[in-house]
Amino acid sequence: MSLEPAEDGGLHLLRELAPRVLGALLRRCGDFTAAEDASQEALLAAVEQWPREGLPANPGGWLFQVGCRRLADRLRAEHSRRRREALALEPRTPAELPAAECEPETDRDDTLSLLFTCCHPALSPPSAIALTLRAVGGLTTAEIASAFLVPEATMAQRISRAKQSIQASGVPLAQPGPREQAQRHAAVLHVLYLTFNEGYASSAGPRLLRVELAHEAIRLARAVHRLAPEDCETAGLLALMLLTEARSRARTGPQGELIPLDAQDRSLWDQDKLAEGTALITATLAQGAVGPYQVQAAIAALHGEAKRAADTDWPQIQALYTLLLRMSDNPMVALNHAVATAMVQGPRAGLALLEQLETDERLAGHHRLAAVRAHLLEFAGDRSGAVASFLVAAGRTTSLPERNYLLTKAAGLQTG
Amino acid sequence: MKFMMMMHYAGEGPAIHTWPPQDLKAHIDFMHAFNRQLSESGEFVEAHGLAGPEQAKLVRARKGSGPAITDGPFPESKEFLAGFWIIDCESEQRAIELAAKASAAPGIGGAAMSIPIELRQVMCAPDPEA
Repeated sequence: MSLEPAEDGGLHLLRELAPRVLGALLRRCGDFTAAEDASQEALLAAVEQWPREGLPANPGGWLFQVGCRRLADRLRAEHSRRRREALALEPRTPAELPAAECEPETDRDDTLSLLFTCCHPALSPPSAIALTLRAVGGLTTAEIASAFLVPEATMAQRISRAKQSIQASGVPLAQPGPREQAQRHAAVLHVLYLTFNEGYASSAGPRLLRVELAHEAIRLARAVHRLAPEDCETAGLLALMLLTEARSRARTGPQGELIPLDAQDRSLWDQDKLAEGTALITATLAQGAVGPYQVQAAIAALHGEAKRAADTDWPQIQALYTLLLRMSDNPMVALNHAVATAMVQGPRAGLALLEQLETDERLAGHHRLAAVRAHLLEFAGDRSGAVASFLVAAGRTTSLPERNYLLTKAAGLQTG
Repeated sequence: MKFMMMMHYAGEGPAIHTWPPQDLKAHIDFMHAFNRQLSESGEFVEAHGLAGPEQAKLVRARKGSGPAITDGPFPESKEFLAGFWIIDCESEQRAIELAAKASAAPGIGGAAMSIPIELRQVMCAPDPEA
């Protein structure tokens, strides 16, 4: 849905209200497809009526009531169909929806509960991302398909399978307890994080007609942050996204080639996003409940503060990676920690840490390990060792811009 | 993760146009069903069969004159690429599973052909920098 914000009789509200209405209807009936159909019909009714008749006093309540009526119609039709089909049997009474129950109750929790549903643990990450973008983000199936470079029919199938999986698990109506709620909240953040990464990665590809997934992820993270301002990790994730997005213009050249952090033109960094992200993470860290997203945001903020690469506060970044390592057993974090250590204590100290990582099965054969080793060997002045490692990394990566970058590094060291 | 599944014709056994019609039909039906299943599982991106190697041309640019063009089929290669799929699935393991399924397409008498399927990951964008 792309509605112009001005002079549209309140239609710009629809995108914001759509997930709340869908969430409320889903909570009411527990059937994803039925709730989606009913909320679509309510939105269509608004598109027709609002510009003509003026904005209702309570737009969210209006949409919810229209949606409820559509749901009730549908259930009634279903009911009489079943009655026709099985006259002899006493049909199971469907959940009738008396009008009195249809209070306008599209409160803040409905968007969150919809997010919990879309980021259901039964779904694979790609399915959860697609469903979240569709149901909460309001993107069309065609837009999501083009963002992932797959045919629309394939994406439609993925989304419909995701809904079926949720339906089959029967969880959407259950009100999760506090412990489960925390887990589901973490799952939502993870899905938003993956969506952001996907957008971050895909922006290196053809841009024509592609939805900016990174922007969508930021928009959704802002929404979650508004709904749960007390949650420090949500704030941390939003800050991390803003601080990463701030550097996006500088990280690729005109042909989509990779430009590493230390070679970026820092005047291209988006100062507004850097300032917003830094302020957010600074305020959040002061609250005490520190988690991995916050630590990553703090690291990104330190990079953002450095006017030149040489000004980077590596000792503090190294300390933060040490903290992050204690929080999560992630080999990629261990690699970054080795880089930070090299920047503080010299390349040999970093290389010594890499040697310990050799035995980690999760990193065996991973191009990142070879790429980091190559950089540290180059830093240590071992040109032939660096060339060999750059070539190993180039052979292992599945990313074309990254392979080009690694091959170019190897070629530069051999001839330069 | 996107993968290209390349179906090679290994140059063994009778040419497909000499098969008993019902076996040929079973083979074609299998391929249609396979593609439909890929669509239904949300993993289908593209699939194409290629025209025969008799129509192949090998083109090489030459310095100072027009390109050198060699007509196929090329005697040095008994194997040729018959067609390919692009799939988008969750893991390499799943891609192997799908390739194995395609490889077992029915041949003469309905027996699994064990077609060689070359599986290659499609290059993608880089991971976010740390």
